[in-house]
Amino acid sequence: MALLNRHGANAVIWILLLTAPVWMHWVGGYTELGSRVLVMALAAMALNFLLGFTGVLSFGHAAYFGLGAYGTAMTIKYLVPSTPLAMLVGVVVGTLAAAIIGALIVKLRGVYFAMVTIAFGQVFYFITFRWNNVTGGDDGLTNWYRAPIDLGFTKLDILHNPEIFYYVILFFFAISVALIAMLLRSPFGRTLLAIRENERRARFLGIPIERHIWLSFVISCFFVSIAGTLYALLNNFVDPRALRWDLSGNFVIMAVLGGMRSFWGPLVGAVIFVVLQDYVSSMTENWESFIGLFFVLIVLFFPRGVLGIIRRKATS
Amino acid sequence: MSLLRVESVSRNFGSLIAVREVSMTVEPGELRAVIGPNGAGKTTFFNLISGMLQPSAGRIVFDGEDITGLLPARRVWRGIARTFQITEIFPELTVRENLRIPVEGAAGHRLQPWLSRDADAAVRARVNELLDMGGLAAKADRLVGELSHGDQRATEIMMALALKPRLLLLDEPTAGMGDQETYDITRLIRRLHRDQRLSIVLIEHDMRVVFHLADRIMVLAEGAPLEEGTPAEIAASERVQAAYLGKAAA
Repeated sequence: MALLNRHGANAVIWILLLTAPVWMHWVGGYTELGSRVLVMALAAMALNFLLGFTGVLSFGHAAYFGLGAYGTAMTIKYLVPSTPLAMLVGVVVGTLAAAIIGALIVKLRGVYFAMVTIAFGQVFYFITFRWNNVTGGDDGLTNWYRAPIDLGFTKLDILHNPEIFYYVILFFFAISVALIAMLLRSPFGRTLLAIRENERRARFLGIPIERHIWLSFVISCFFVSIAGTLYALLNNFVDPRALRWDLSGNFVIMAVLGGMRSFWGPLVGAVIFVVLQDYVSSMTENWESFIGLFFVLIVLFFPRGVLGIIRRKATS
Repeated sequence: MSLLRVESVSRNFGSLIAVREVSMTVEPGELRAVIGPNGAGKTTFFNLISGMLQPSAGRIVFDGEDITGLLPARRVWRGIARTFQITEIFPELTVRENLRIPVEGAAGHRLQPWLSRDADAAVRARVNELLDMGGLAAKADRLVGELSHGDQRATEIMMALALKPRLLLLDEPTAGMGDQETYDITRLIRRLHRDQRLSIVLIEHDMRVVFHLADRIMVLAEGAPLEEGTPAEIAASERVQAAYLGKAAA
C-alpha cells in the first residue's frame, strides 16, 4: 500500500481517466459510459464539497444540476447553437438560483436544511414539469444538439465523435476538481472543516458561520451546475427528472458510497453507481433495488464508504 | 480605562433568573476568577460576555465600546476569546490543524482561497510557536480527538490564544483533570498572565488553582454577586464561607 500515498493515488486516477476511451472497450464498456461517469462524479464531488467538507446535507442539489441542464438546452434550442455560451448560461442560472435560495435557508441546520433544499428543488421540478410550451413539460426538451466547439485553430466535433466529447468533459471535470482541491486546502477550506467538526468552536474562533455555509453552498452548486450543463450536452436532451429529488438522492448516495470524507470518494461512488445502473438495468427493471441493497450494505458495514475501507487497511 | 466593564447584566430563562444584576470590571493585565457553588450562574455570565447569550438587561462595554448586541464572531474579532467547560475542539483534525484555523483567522486569511508563500510561512511559524508554548509540539500531527483530556484542554487554550485575544475567558480549565495535568495547565495560565500580561477571566472550582492564580475574585451565588475582593479578603469573608466554603465543609 506504500505506493498508494496521496500523490500515487492521484497519478493513478488521472492516468485511468485520461486513457479511459482506450481501456473501457477492453472491459466491456463504451465511451459514453465513461462520459456519464465523469458527469455524475463531478456532481457528486460538488455535492461533497458541502456534505463531506462542510458537514451540511443538501437533498436538493439536482435543482441546480437541472437548472444548468435546462439553461444549456434552452440556450441552444431557442437562442444560439453555441456550446460554450450555452454552458455559460446554464452555470450562471444554476449558481444564481443557489445564491438566492442559499441566502434564505442558511440559518437552518441538519434535517431542516435538508428538507427545505428538497422543497425548493421540487419547486423547480414542477415549474419545468408544468410549463409545457417552454420546457417541453414531461416530455422534456428534444430536437436540439450540442454544437461543435470552435477553438479558432480547429473545430471540435463533439457531436459525432464521442472520444472528443469525452475529453471535453474531462477538461471541465479536471478544472473543476482542481479548483475544489485548491479551495479545500486553503484557509477558507479549513474554516469549512472547522464548521463541520464543531460549529460552536468555529463560531467562537470568529468564523461567521452563516456566511461561510452560504459560500460553500453556492460554490458547491456552481460546480453541480457545470455537471448539469455537461449532462444536457451528453444526452442532447433534458427532462424534469434532471432536477427531481431522487436525482439529488443519487448524488448523496454516490458521495456516501464512495466515502464522503475522502476527496476521491464521490468519484468512486459515481463509478460504482453508474456502472451498476448500466449493467443491472440491462437485465432487470428493478436495478434501483440492487443499488439500494448495495448502498445499505456499505452504510451498515463500512460507514466511511468504499475508500474508507481502503484507507483503514492502508493505515493498519 | 478598564478593558471590560459589565454593567448590571441580568439574564432570565422564563421565570428562572440565572444571572441577576451582576457587574464586574476587568483591568488590562488582570487575572480575575469567578467562583461560586454549582448553579450560581457562572457559565451563563460567561455566555453573556462572549455573546452566546444576550442579556435580558444591562450593558457590556469592551475597550470603551458597547458590545452588548454584537454577534459572537464580531466579539472575537475585537479580542475576546473563550474556552468551554466541556472541551470544544475539532476532534478529527490534527493538533496542528486545530491551531492553524484560528491563526489564519487572526491574520485575516479567513476567506482567502490561497495563501502567498510568505503568509503561509508566517502562519506555520506562529502555529509552531503556539505548539511549543502549549507543550504540544511532540503531538502536533496526531488527531486531537485521540489525545488525553489534559492535552485536549491545552489545545483548546492554545486555540483561543491563537486568536491573539486581549481578553481570555477560561471556563473551568482544570475540570476533570488529575493533579499533574492541573499543575501543568495552572502553570500555563500563570505564564500567559505573567509573561504576556494577558487579561484573563477564569471560572474555576479548584480553590488551589483560584488562590494561586487570581488577582481578584468575584463570588456568585444564586445568580447574584455575593462578594468581590483579593484572594485574602475572599478567604476571610464570613459571607462567602457561609454560602460556599461553609457548605462544602459541612
